Amino acid sequence: MSALVNVAQQPAPNALLDQQQYLTFMLGGETFAIGILAIKEIIEYGNLTEVPMMPGYIRGVINLRGSVVPVVDLSARFGRKSTELTRRTCIVIIEVAADEEKQVIGVVVDAVNEVLEIPTEEIEAPPAFGAKIRTDFIRGMGKVNGRFVIILNVGNVLSLDDLALLEQAQGHDMSAVSGEAAG
Amino acid sequence: MSMDQALQTYIEESHGLLEEMERILLRLESEPQDDETVNAMFRAAHTIKGSAGLFGLDAIVAFTHVVENVLEAVRDGTLAVSGELVELLLQCRDHIGLLITVVAESAAALDAEQSATGEALAARLRAFMGGAPMGDAGMPAVQESPLAASGGGPLEGDYWHLSIAFGHDVLRNGMDPISFIRYLSTIGDIVSLNVDDSALPELDAMDPEACYLTYSLDFKSEADKQTIEDVFEFVRDDCTLRIFPPPSHLATFVDRLEHASGNTDMLGQLLMEAGVLTEHELESALRAQDSMKAAGGDAQPPIGEVLVKEGMVQKEVVDVALEKQRQIRDHKAQEARFVRVSAEKLDELINLVGELVIAGAGASLLARRSGDTALHEANSAVSNLVEEIRDGALKLRMVEIGETFNRFQRVVRDVSKEIGKDIGLEIGGAETELDKTVVEKIGDPLMHLVRNAMDHGIEPAAVRMAAGKPARGSVRLNAYHDSGSIVIEVADDGGGLKKDRILRKAIERGIVGAGQNLSDGEIFNLVFEAGFSTAEQVSNLSGRGVGMDVVKRNIQALRGTVDIDSTEGQGTTVRIRLPLTLAIIDGFLVGVGKSSFVVPLDMVLECVELSEADRRLAATRNYVNLRGEVLPFVRLRDEFEIKAPPGKRENIVVVQYGGQKAGFVVDELLGEFQTVIKPLGSVFRHLKSISGSTILGTGEVALILDVPALLQLGVARDGQRLAHET
Repeated sequence: MSALVNVAQQPAPNALLDQQQYLTFMLGGETFAIGILAIKEIIEYGNLTEVPMMPGYIRGVINLRGSVVPVVDLSARFGRKSTELTRRTCIVIIEVAADEEKQVIGVVVDAVNEVLEIPTEEIEAPPAFGAKIRTDFIRGMGKVNGRFVIILNVGNVLSLDDLALLEQAQGHDMSAVSGEAAG
Repeated sequence: MSMDQALQTYIEESHGLLEEMERILLRLESEPQDDETVNAMFRAAHTIKGSAGLFGLDAIVAFTHVVENVLEAVRDGTLAVSGELVELLLQCRDHIGLLITVVAESAAALDAEQSATGEALAARLRAFMGGAPMGDAGMPAVQESPLAASGGGPLEGDYWHLSIAFGHDVLRNGMDPISFIRYLSTIGDIVSLNVDDSALPELDAMDPEACYLTYSLDFKSEADKQTIEDVFEFVRDDCTLRIFPPPSHLATFVDRLEHASGNTDMLGQLLMEAGVLTEHELESALRAQDSMKAAGGDAQPPIGEVLVKEGMVQKEVVDVALEKQRQIRDHKAQEARFVRVSAEKLDELINLVGELVIAGAGASLLARRSGDTALHEANSAVSNLVEEIRDGALKLRMVEIGETFNRFQRVVRDVSKEIGKDIGLEIGGAETELDKTVVEKIGDPLMHLVRNAMDHGIEPAAVRMAAGKPARGSVRLNAYHDSGSIVIEVADDGGGLKKDRILRKAIERGIVGAGQNLSDGEIFNLVFEAGFSTAEQVSNLSGRGVGMDVVKRNIQALRGTVDIDSTEGQGTTVRIRLPLTLAIIDGFLVGVGKSSFVVPLDMVLECVELSEADRRLAATRNYVNLRGEVLPFVRLRDEFEIKAPPGKRENIVVVQYGGQKAGFVVDELLGEFQTVIKPLGSVFRHLKSISGSTILGTGEVALILDVPALLQLGVARDGQRLAHET
């Protein structure tokens, strides 16, 4: 059990204290939450351009007032099936800090619920297993009205290195081909 | 302009002047007899020194002054140009550059070693002057020139010399010459007075009421020329007055001229401003000029000549004034030709133009849809203007590559000395323009390639002679535009790459399998692999096997490619191909299924329909017969795994890149489109076949195809598949 507590304390406790407001949203029938400070805006789903030869969880790119923003399918990122589009499908625009530079990424969700205040004492450590999501994606389990809300660790879910790495693995045959031809 | 800004301008200007100096010095080595170049170099040193004085940068003034003296001696022909002198001056140029960097830019002092270098250089310069007097610090030369050359009367001592020939009617007009001379003594001392009565006629022919006398006097006074002239104001029209300043004033005049405000570029005005000439003198000189013109026909003598001829101004002073006049004119001309703008402002502008292009595309789409002809027409007028503005804005960032190339004159010269080979640099296509950001980043790779060519490419003179080549090796830098990219070539006429040696080495290092069959191009390109060097020994310059791979990486970072062409015994050419600009391009929009892609228009040759027969054959072969030519193609639908079923018709977009021709099979051709390139961000950094994205008029994002990468992929995939099958 002590190991579990450690895991909970690892993601800087201060950050949790500072950040008590969360945006909750639906994904495959489950409720998730993201700290509100990382969120830039929420837009309607639409006008997405697919980018070929990318893994399934990269839905494509959108034009966000002149800048091109990649869109991640959160459900696919969790290893579930891709999000099905409905009238309530939204893109949550999130700012992720990576190596000193900030990258703006969109996330597809089924529906956006509300902004909630979750006091720190109401947040439990993530379970060692059972959430069916990589544990490093979960920052904690918030208790809201007697139900659990999965608070996501945005930095890990949308880690650029991670996203690019997986995609490199997929594009691996390609580079092998060119390497061999050059060699 | 604040002092800081002025200093910044000075630093920039000085670096420009130093570059110019270097160019001249290098040219001087080959054609030492060119007066104008020496003059230009002298002016450069002079300007650096003069402006340094303004900022109180004494270290720069002191050193540059010595250099200037030597240059002046060269200009005057008292010092001959030799290889040794050019070498020394080049080092001095570097030292001035160092001084400017250290003293002016960072307001520091030189460290002991650097000062010692400066002293040593100055001492060597003085040795060249053969111990000739160097003039006082700050005020070179001029004093030594004897005033007698002025054409004026005898001049001795540090006195004003006046010569007054009174008109015949002076006495009749109630003026007494003596009273003027007496009045003159109130503003100074008359040291000596001579009366010239040679004009006095025989007694019986003499008119007693007329004045025939000419006075010449030496006059000691602190007054300026104008004050002295004013003494004779009442008889000014009745006499011929010449006022020669004392020799010591000459230096003052020269000094004043050199520091003239530059408000005027008229010689007479300049001289007046410096107090050399009075207004009255100028007017009479101009009159004389006019009358000479009337007498001499069409040719009008220059005012400077007139002034000297009339004895109003000394020739030396006129020369200085002419020099100053030229400087002012040069300066004005330059001001008119160039405006200094910070790169940041320019980038901002280009970004805005990018937004304008996108917004414009949206507007014209709406106009087309509305079906309103007038609106559509007005909009296309706007679109045309936007296109022109875009081209203009991008041109602002274009610079000629010549400047970058010219830097290599020095490199080649120094390196050839260092390695003891006689090598010359040829430059071609210097006027080829490319984006400034690209220019800045291409310097290092070029440097590496040039050094490489000199060190490894060109053989020692003995080997060259034995091969029947001229002893002097040659490295050639060339640039030209080719289908939307710029090509930069670094060529040498050396020994060329030895294929078998490269292959052996590659097999040794395990880069290539022993049994592989490689084309010449593929073998040559092996030298770009990391840790690959074919030099027999490692020299100071290159051969360590780091470098060529770095060169390749740097060029790829600029979205460019590099390849090698070589003939053994005849030389090697490295060809760098770079995109012209990194911001906005003309694109050709194509559709596959629901996706849109942009092909850079410069690479598009033509579009043809993929015939029904070829479509059926496409399952087994990916090439078509294009008017008797074999055209391989890439099916974007397969390449990008687009699931939408193919349309009724398919088209081939024929592209060309680097001498390679290929086709892309697409569904729809959507036409030309101004494309503002938006980077795709680091999530997509491993995506090979897409080079960026852009925003369409509808607000949707379209992806820009990376044509070179797609072609390479095609080649590679076939190579692999066929290798597996055999």
